[in-house]
Amino acid sequence: MGIVIIGNSASAVGAIEAIRKVDPNLPITVVSEEPHFVYSRPLISYLLTGEITLERLYYRPKDFYEKNLIQPLLGRQVVRVNFDKKAIELEDGEKVFYDQLLISTGGKPFLPKIDGLHTSGVYTFTKLEDAKKILSILKEVQRAIVIGGGLIGLKAAEALRKRNIDVTIVELANHILSLTMDETASLILEKKLKKEGIQLITSNTVEAIHGVDRVESVRLADGKVIKAQLVVVAIGVVPNVDLFKGSDLHIGKGIFVNDRMETNLPGVYSAGDVTEAYDNVMKCYRTNPIWPNAYLQGKVAGYQMAGNRDYRYGGGFMMNSIEIAHIPTISMGIVNPPSKDGYQVIKKFDRNINVYRKIVLKDDVVVGALFIGDIDRAGIFTWLIREGIKAKGFKKQFLNGSFGLVSFPKELRKKRLLNLR
Amino acid sequence: MKRIFVKEEFCMGCRLCEIHCIVEHSKSKDIIKAFKIEKPRALPRIMVEEKGSISFALQCRHCEEPYCLEACMSGALYRDEKTGAILHHKEQCVGCWMCVMVCPYGVIQRDLNGRKVALKCDLCAGREIPACVANCPNQALEYREG
Amino acid sequence: MCVRQCAFKGHSYDPETDEVISKEELCVGCHRCVTLCPTNALTVRQNPLDFRPNGNWTPWAIRNIFKQAETGGVLLTGMGNDRPYPVYWDHLLLNASQVTNPSIDPLREPMELRTYLGRKPKKLELDYTQETLKLKTPLPPQLKLETPILFSAMSYGAISYNACESLARAAEKLGTYYNTGEGGLHPNLYKYGKNTIVQVASGRFGVHKEYLDTAAAIEIKIGQGAKPGIGGHLPGEKVVEDISKTRMIPKGTDALSPAPQHDIYSIEDLRMLIFALKEATRYTKPISVKIAAVHNSPAIASGMVRAGADIIALDGFRGGTGASPMVIRDNVGIPIEFALASVDQRLREEGIRHQASIIVAGGFRNSADVSKAIALGADAVYIGTASLIAMGCHVCQKCYTGKCNWGIATQDPYLEKRLNPDIATERLVNLINAWSHEIKEMLGGMGINAIESLRGNRLALRGIGLTDTELEILGVLPAGR
Repeated sequence: MGIVIIGNSASAVGAIEAIRKVDPNLPITVVSEEPHFVYSRPLISYLLTGEITLERLYYRPKDFYEKNLIQPLLGRQVVRVNFDKKAIELEDGEKVFYDQLLISTGGKPFLPKIDGLHTSGVYTFTKLEDAKKILSILKEVQRAIVIGGGLIGLKAAEALRKRNIDVTIVELANHILSLTMDETASLILEKKLKKEGIQLITSNTVEAIHGVDRVESVRLADGKVIKAQLVVVAIGVVPNVDLFKGSDLHIGKGIFVNDRMETNLPGVYSAGDVTEAYDNVMKCYRTNPIWPNAYLQGKVAGYQMAGNRDYRYGGGFMMNSIEIAHIPTISMGIVNPPSKDGYQVIKKFDRNINVYRKIVLKDDVVVGALFIGDIDRAGIFTWLIREGIKAKGFKKQFLNGSFGLVSFPKELRKKRLLNLR
Repeated sequence: MKRIFVKEEFCMGCRLCEIHCIVEHSKSKDIIKAFKIEKPRALPRIMVEEKGSISFALQCRHCEEPYCLEACMSGALYRDEKTGAILHHKEQCVGCWMCVMVCPYGVIQRDLNGRKVALKCDLCAGREIPACVANCPNQALEYREG
Repeated sequence: MCVRQCAFKGHSYDPETDEVISKEELCVGCHRCVTLCPTNALTVRQNPLDFRPNGNWTPWAIRNIFKQAETGGVLLTGMGNDRPYPVYWDHLLLNASQVTNPSIDPLREPMELRTYLGRKPKKLELDYTQETLKLKTPLPPQLKLETPILFSAMSYGAISYNACESLARAAEKLGTYYNTGEGGLHPNLYKYGKNTIVQVASGRFGVHKEYLDTAAAIEIKIGQGAKPGIGGHLPGEKVVEDISKTRMIPKGTDALSPAPQHDIYSIEDLRMLIFALKEATRYTKPISVKIAAVHNSPAIASGMVRAGADIIALDGFRGGTGASPMVIRDNVGIPIEFALASVDQRLREEGIRHQASIIVAGGFRNSADVSKAIALGADAVYIGTASLIAMGCHVCQKCYTGKCNWGIATQDPYLEKRLNPDIATERLVNLINAWSHEIKEMLGGMGINAIESLRGNRLALRGIGLTDTELEILGVLPAGR
């Protein structure tokens, strides 16, 4: 009995660490279809480049389960959850009963309808197995196609390029990173990517993948055919809710949760990429599949399950930090204001050094920010967004080189320096 | 836990804290060698913010519920169980800058000397009083429980 | 670091050569950079450039002429008279007990430095039974000092708020007093009122009912040792928001203290002000009158006592200032040693010495100076410059520029922060405690166990290297006699 966690990534660890802060003994079982010790999925691109070894992929020290008295059931697939009987059913028929359940099954790659998608040599790029598979055929690849110019696609493309493979990114929109960046930023990065030897095809898509035993080529929407030995599909991720379809669990795109990470079913919590939780910038419930939100949601669920009912989820919002072609970038919140109504954009672009900073405000509250090239102290803006601070008095200083806590009004600064989270 | 607090009304922006932070994190721990010989020069983990007559030194606050720890996807950031300090495994860090993105004080920096990794205050692990506090000539930094 | 610390811009960094350059002509010798340099790489020396040697036309005299020829103005300066006049404390020696009267070890025996300032009755009448002792004679208000040292008048304006706070806090901790000078009293410092002497000076800045009521004593300032006979001038740029409120004058206007108090042209006028202040405070506080030590101080002092002063403060010609014309500072007034000896003598002769306590001021450098002053007739000693040095002052004499690198004589918010009252208070307390220990040692050596037993005990002193006339004025015997 006790707590059962389905999933073994950021949310699971967040929950475990929170539970153990409150209760050192509450039984915890972690079930994951992946056979691996807890590792960091975003790091697989570093594994692919060869920058890190498998050992460094692990997210917590090797004694993490023992130290936290976790019963790990790894490489075990959950086939059914019986919410009435409070039990999960594994592939081999074994049933594990729970008092409280945390569903943190994460996301899964979104797969488009493309002919030949199941040809050998076509992979997604979210899990360790994906990286391993790509690594195993790397020697035979001269050219790779990456479908999708989002964050995952770019990281995969860069990693492959570092392995001296010719890479072409095919993006449906007219710019890469169209969801997290604006045009100026995309252009800076596209230019740099091209310099790195990565080819970009935008406003286009792969319609078919050819090859008998292995991928041989792809055909684009405009009819063009490109030879390739590897195709990486990185169009996006969707909440991994397959297991719960048809159950009583309240699901939209993801599992709906409140600020306690509770689902509509008693004793059942959910956290991470699988959820639809409150977004305090967009002011709605939506998926925000990013690492910090996953950990934090896990943590909230953990505290709640362990009995600390006061610790709640204050909401999350989109934010990403990624280095592309050696340019560090951070984007968060609303980067492209949907209208002019009440929005204000403060931006500065230094063409010579490729440094671009953009802050988006609505009614004097920062709701989004974009940093290209210079990301120092970006966290201050994250905080301003998160707390909804009125920045009327000091927004003029946002783009000063010396912007910092010193720019805040004294009262706010004092509060900030003395109140630690 | 013991933390560093700043009294901005007495910070005079002399930046001796920065200098001594560099020395403390240099190989030789000798001020002349740290500045004149060691290449690359060690980086300070403390920053002095200044505007007009206002100035104060800022370094990691070692939060109770640190955003950086939540955001760190490599597992490089961790809390020292004994001191409560938020520390950083340089070897584990991949330089993804998630911590830079979420630190509300903006005090996690990028160390671009060599392999890119995050850089932050370690409360001078091993020292009874952190170097910046010990060397502040005007007691504008305080190291106390809080 | 040095570049940022120097308010006189003596250091600058040249990015082209990646070097720090020092401009000796801008250096005031305040040692701020020397003290803070983390590598001890700095020293300040006198610029060796000399004029052709000339006994009359010294470099000092020549440079002053250059300056005045350029500016056409009065030469300003800060701190006390720095000309090489004799320091008579250095010509006075203390006695010690040998064989015939035992010396006292202050670490083992009680030793009292406590003293009371104020008017004393001629005689005390007591009511006593076997159990109780009751004072019949009514006692005028007194200031109780745990050690015979007070911080002398330094105004908020001349010195920074942090410096004022430090003096106030130190006075409270030490059980003594500090003096507001004529700058008024910042409301934040009202809480140190029982350790505060407030001044009523010619400008009457910041004098109001609460100011008088808050204080432990009131001092009427007639003159100041560093600038006898002239007034004061706080330039408008130093009259910032807080100072303007405290002094009750418009922001940015020059604060001019007239040379005389325009309602005091005679001893009778002084008496009226003294009693006006006594009335205003319902005879609860002693009233002090401060004058600069000048040629006829004894007669003036006698008049002051007769006018009702409970304390008379004498400020010698080495007393400091935030700003004074150099010619006045260096050439007007007399040494405090002579003024003290002659005033004490005069009041004794007239039989009115008990009617007022004497505080002396003006360049007291150490506990020996203090002990000698008390033996010469003082009840207590005001220290100004010494207290500033304790707080960090390096006596560069640039107080009048408002650019004090030590955060003491400045209102610049950037510089003011350099003085942390926590540190300065501790240093002031340390200094006075150290001096008090030393005074106890000296007293013990003389076989005396109370500071009041030393007061006016000129037999404890001997002169050395003094003329007969000097010895006569000081009322001490030459060494060996």
